[in-house]
Amino acid sequence: MLDYAAKPRTAEPSWLGGLIAPAIVIALAFVLYAVVRPITDDYYARVAMNVGIAIIMAVSLNIVNGYTGQFSLGHAAFFAIGGYTAAGISYYASIELWNSPAAHEGLFNAQSGLFLLATIAGGLVAAAAGWLVGLPSLRLRGDYLAIVTLGFGEIVRVLLQQTNNQLDSKAKIAAAKWSELFPPPLNAARSFINIPNITNFFWVTLMVGACLIFAWRLKRSTFGRAMIAIRENEVAAEAMGVNITRLKVWAFVFAAFFAGIAGSLYAHLSFQLNPGDSGIQRSIDAVIMVVLGGLGSISGATLAAILLTIGNEWLREPTHLWYYVLPLLVLRLIFWPANRMKAAIGWLVALGLAEGARSLAIYEGVAPGDYRMILYALALILMMILRPSGLFGTREITDLPAMRRKLLNRKSVQRGIEVIQ
Amino acid sequence: MADFLQTLVAAITAGSLLALIALGYTMVYGILKLINFAHSDVVTLGAWTSLTAAMFLLPRMGVDLAHPAWWAAPLVLVIAMIVCAVIGFGIERLAYKPIRRAPRLNALITAIGVSLLLQNAGQLQYTITDGVKPIAAGVTSERGNDPATIRLQTSVTIAAGERYVLKITPKGSPAPIDRVLTMPAGKYPAGADLRFDGTIGRAQSREASFQLDQIFTPLRLPFGKTPAVAPYLLPPVNIYPDYPRYVWRHEFQSSFTAPDGSQQPMKKMLNIAVVDVIIVIVTFVLLTALHFLIYHTRLGMAMRAVSFNTDYAALMGIPIDRVISITFVIGAVLAAAAGFLYSQKFSLQQTASYAWVLLGLRAFIAAVVGGIGNVRGAVLGGFLIAFVDAFGSFYGTYLFQNANSYSDVLMFGLLIAVLLIKPSGIFGSATREKV
Repeated sequence: MLDYAAKPRTAEPSWLGGLIAPAIVIALAFVLYAVVRPITDDYYARVAMNVGIAIIMAVSLNIVNGYTGQFSLGHAAFFAIGGYTAAGISYYASIELWNSPAAHEGLFNAQSGLFLLATIAGGLVAAAAGWLVGLPSLRLRGDYLAIVTLGFGEIVRVLLQQTNNQLDSKAKIAAAKWSELFPPPLNAARSFINIPNITNFFWVTLMVGACLIFAWRLKRSTFGRAMIAIRENEVAAEAMGVNITRLKVWAFVFAAFFAGIAGSLYAHLSFQLNPGDSGIQRSIDAVIMVVLGGLGSISGATLAAILLTIGNEWLREPTHLWYYVLPLLVLRLIFWPANRMKAAIGWLVALGLAEGARSLAIYEGVAPGDYRMILYALALILMMILRPSGLFGTREITDLPAMRRKLLNRKSVQRGIEVIQ
Repeated sequence: MADFLQTLVAAITAGSLLALIALGYTMVYGILKLINFAHSDVVTLGAWTSLTAAMFLLPRMGVDLAHPAWWAAPLVLVIAMIVCAVIGFGIERLAYKPIRRAPRLNALITAIGVSLLLQNAGQLQYTITDGVKPIAAGVTSERGNDPATIRLQTSVTIAAGERYVLKITPKGSPAPIDRVLTMPAGKYPAGADLRFDGTIGRAQSREASFQLDQIFTPLRLPFGKTPAVAPYLLPPVNIYPDYPRYVWRHEFQSSFTAPDGSQQPMKKMLNIAVVDVIIVIVTFVLLTALHFLIYHTRLGMAMRAVSFNTDYAALMGIPIDRVISITFVIGAVLAAAAGFLYSQKFSLQQTASYAWVLLGLRAFIAAVVGGIGNVRGAVLGGFLIAFVDAFGSFYGTYLFQNANSYSDVLMFGLLIAVLLIKPSGIFGSATREKV
């Protein structure tokens, strides 16, 4: 498979150049928090933060599934582990320190420092779990690894259901016996509630930026190229001196760390967590984003996370079908330039069918939201059949202009790439 | 002793169901190297199709659901099998065939997509909504009385249990008033007086014209809804006292430790229900038939050949597409049987219930433990999983209190252990990775 993103760079970047992206992220975080959030509706703000969390999940899973080619179906387990750890720390520490789990006003205060520490702790615990799951990946490959990671998610779910009841005041914590503190008091099968609502635009942007920069730099590092080599051909990579054992485990550790951070953001956004969060549904959502975006493509995973999260919200009330079909139409024309006329006609037919189905649904008096998940599933199947390499393939957004020129000018090049892919 | 035997009965029943489901997973994996995530949804579909058939079809055929005839259960089973076979065939043709040459990951995602599709399509409550058709018209025959009477202008037949809408248009009123009514059953000629229950308000004291409409439901699927009365065609629980529920019951003398430390005598019952025996018999018949099909017919030989090497089988003139379709259909038929038997043994939950997902996962673990792709391994794996689960859950409670809530951990732990020690499963043969 041709990998344009892994093209070697001619010159080493200076250390100062490496600071540009973090500076932009921090500036953007401040702007989004101070300027954009006050003029945004609460519902849209919530959707936007969900998009950010989805991006972290997809991009981090991409390290395991996309770069290294190890099929993990248990990403939600790391999400839940990180979320529960961070939420447990910030909830009980807030009660101990301030007598109440309520969130404090303002962006920077003692509680947000606590939140940052808790988030990093959640990420580290999740990374430790990732190390544990990475070990069997040395012996298992393909479908078997998928099943083991799936089983890990289920095990985490069951273990979370066996935790103790939540303690809601300082007095109760002081009076608690050891048997009430171990397993930790995370409210068993019920939701762990009243988590301080600290997540905001600033923290989400910061974490998304950190995750994207990390993934981007990892992909271009020795580490990342070795991971891609493992994906392309494990035996050949080993023959070239790549330490497969170490890299596979590291891929799981990196991915789990960021999934844990996403879990912490989610917990501090939605007030509550429940053991079902580590179940199969969330893992599958992340895998779908990675595959739809294109295996190994950071831009693809990001775009798929945005499209799927927003699309899922829009599908709740599909009154303006054009709004989400049009961007797809444009994307389709950009990424599939061969025979634009045919592509456009295909999309128009699909659009007509969708509109027909919608009119029928309205005529029959059925709530359109009922068909949301059906449309989602159909879109997934159709995508796999029509465009199996995902939106971006293995390319990145930076490769686009060069790629387009080539594809437009020389059809033979395009055919060659299709053959190779 | 009673505990042991009762656990054994539970394990054998659950093992039979798991073996039936695991076969579907293992046959598809053997041929396509695809984990068919949608298989557990076909099981669910089998359960709900049989339920729909029982509730929709049997009463119209004159079967009393409280005392079903002996042929009701086989009929419903066959209907569920046919529906699931068609769905299984459709899934293979529409979703899996186009991606047969695609990378593994894409095939897996497609399987997940099909699973999501079936789950969510099954949650739609009604596929076709109520309709109304006019059946009679009439005018007020007498005024000021309650209940009122209509003088019919056309003849009409009123059936018991059906719902009717009476549209009353008082003289001078622009729009009719609707009343949903139940009518006394019977056949009425034109010109007869039809009395109805309930009042019709102001209209009764005025002259009015009436139109009687019947509400009809072309097909109402009980998907996504817990049915009010689940028809048990095989008597499983204490519902019908006059029905034979048990094949064999025996009272065992046992003892328990009282709080003061003394041993007290105690009676324990061993119950072998009719439904348990039927599950085992149906499973045995289906497995024997499948074994004969795979190892003693030309079709079975073709299936084994395709499973061994698809390309070579094609070169030998075996119709690959047809063999794969037949494999899916067989898997779906077994799944339908498992779904029907499961719905008869346990009460039905909603389609999206986690119980169905866990049942599918468990059957899948059984297939992997037995060696995925291996038909005999799937059956043995199903029974092994059921035995470990039943005995582990029951006797684990002697070790610590809530051991049975860890049964899923035990299952997946077993799976991980088997995969780490012998990745090809207990009964599978090791495959060599080619470079």
